[in-house]
Amino acid sequence: MPKIKLPTKSPHIDMTPMVDLFTLLLTFFILTATMRPQEPAPVDTPFSVSEKTILDANVMTVMLAADNRIFFNVDNGPDTILHFRPKILAEMGKRYNIEFTPAELRKFEKGNSAFGVPIQNMKTYLATNNLKDREAMEVGIPIDSLDNQLALWILFARQINPAVNTMIKGDANVEYPIVKEVLDILQDKNVNRFNLITNLEKIEVTQKITE
Amino acid sequence: MAEIIQEEKQKGGKKKPKKGSAHIDMTPMVDLMCLLLTFFMLTTAFSKPKIMEILLPEKIRKNEKVEPPKIAESRTLNIILGPEDKVYWYPGKADPASPPPLQETDFSATGIRQVLFDRNRALFKKIDDFQKKVISGEIEIKQDSVQAAIKQLKTDDDTGPIVLIKAYKTSKYKNFVDIIDEMSIVGIARYTFTDISWLEEGMVNTALGIAPPATAAK
Repeated sequence: MPKIKLPTKSPHIDMTPMVDLFTLLLTFFILTATMRPQEPAPVDTPFSVSEKTILDANVMTVMLAADNRIFFNVDNGPDTILHFRPKILAEMGKRYNIEFTPAELRKFEKGNSAFGVPIQNMKTYLATNNLKDREAMEVGIPIDSLDNQLALWILFARQINPAVNTMIKGDANVEYPIVKEVLDILQDKNVNRFNLITNLEKIEVTQKITE
Repeated sequence: MAEIIQEEKQKGGKKKPKKGSAHIDMTPMVDLMCLLLTFFMLTTAFSKPKIMEILLPEKIRKNEKVEPPKIAESRTLNIILGPEDKVYWYPGKADPASPPPLQETDFSATGIRQVLFDRNRALFKKIDDFQKKVISGEIEIKQDSVQAAIKQLKTDDDTGPIVLIKAYKTSKYKNFVDIIDEMSIVGIARYTFTDISWLEEGMVNTALGIAPPATAAK
């Protein structure tokens, strides 16, 4: 009886459909991915039922980290040609008699993430590239009445970009007095409309209220 | 066109196409794609963070001679955000001689929301009537403007409570967001944040320190 000869070829699997699918998925994920700038401190935002999504441009964010440090962030506006960030920093520098070089301004513009550095340390902060060193410098923006830098940041941000919207991104466990202080500073600068950044929570309002 | 012609030529020229398809080893490519795919899947945040808009009344500056707006005591509801997610509330005005008992409640659906619902019953009755009229055809309104009309009813409402929200010093930002949330769920049109007074702070202290008599009254 003749023995059945097994094929000696290595069993090749046709991977083309798999590759097709992978490419498709990969393209989808690459296109939908929005690169979020790295945040200097973890912030767990509280939940709410609000369904408005966050704006993409014209935003200034006051971040309240869980350890009560305050960070500030402002974007370049709807068009990067506008260069809002370096302009705001330059104004801030003028107020504190700190001259920022064009290179530093450019670096600040590109940074695009929130910062929590007193303006006096901004020069060294911009000069360091080491993430750990940078993190050590993030002590929070001073808000005490003697040297209220947050108020000045808000003031200049609004002067340079009048269309700016105020966002408050607070950690769920920040104590209320800090929030109150920040709200007071904002109201002192005539900002009465805020947006609190939250996560969506599903609440079922199934109760029959009217009888 | 040129390509097609070329192809035809090739076909014509080669009489015996090579047997056995040319297999390219796709494993490294698949590996890489797998890796990239995993990376992007893990880093993508599908849900964009949401925002909650709040509008606060303009601050009255110290040198301005503006009388703070007066509100009816009967419509006032004071909410104090306490520590550990507790909420205290009392109606009307706190009298220093005999502070009103604080009612203690929480952020659950049967907690502060029920209190606010009860106070806002008139408004909900109005909305319910409106909806019934729309369904029965008494009011002719386009389907997509019903929600807007209800929203308008909520903002125009002048019988509902005026809620003054105060926060005890150890309350959390989360509570602050939660209470604004409750306001929008219940449809309270008039609410504001005021500073907590020493009297109210004392009331919370008693409620926290000694076994709160307020809960028994509830």
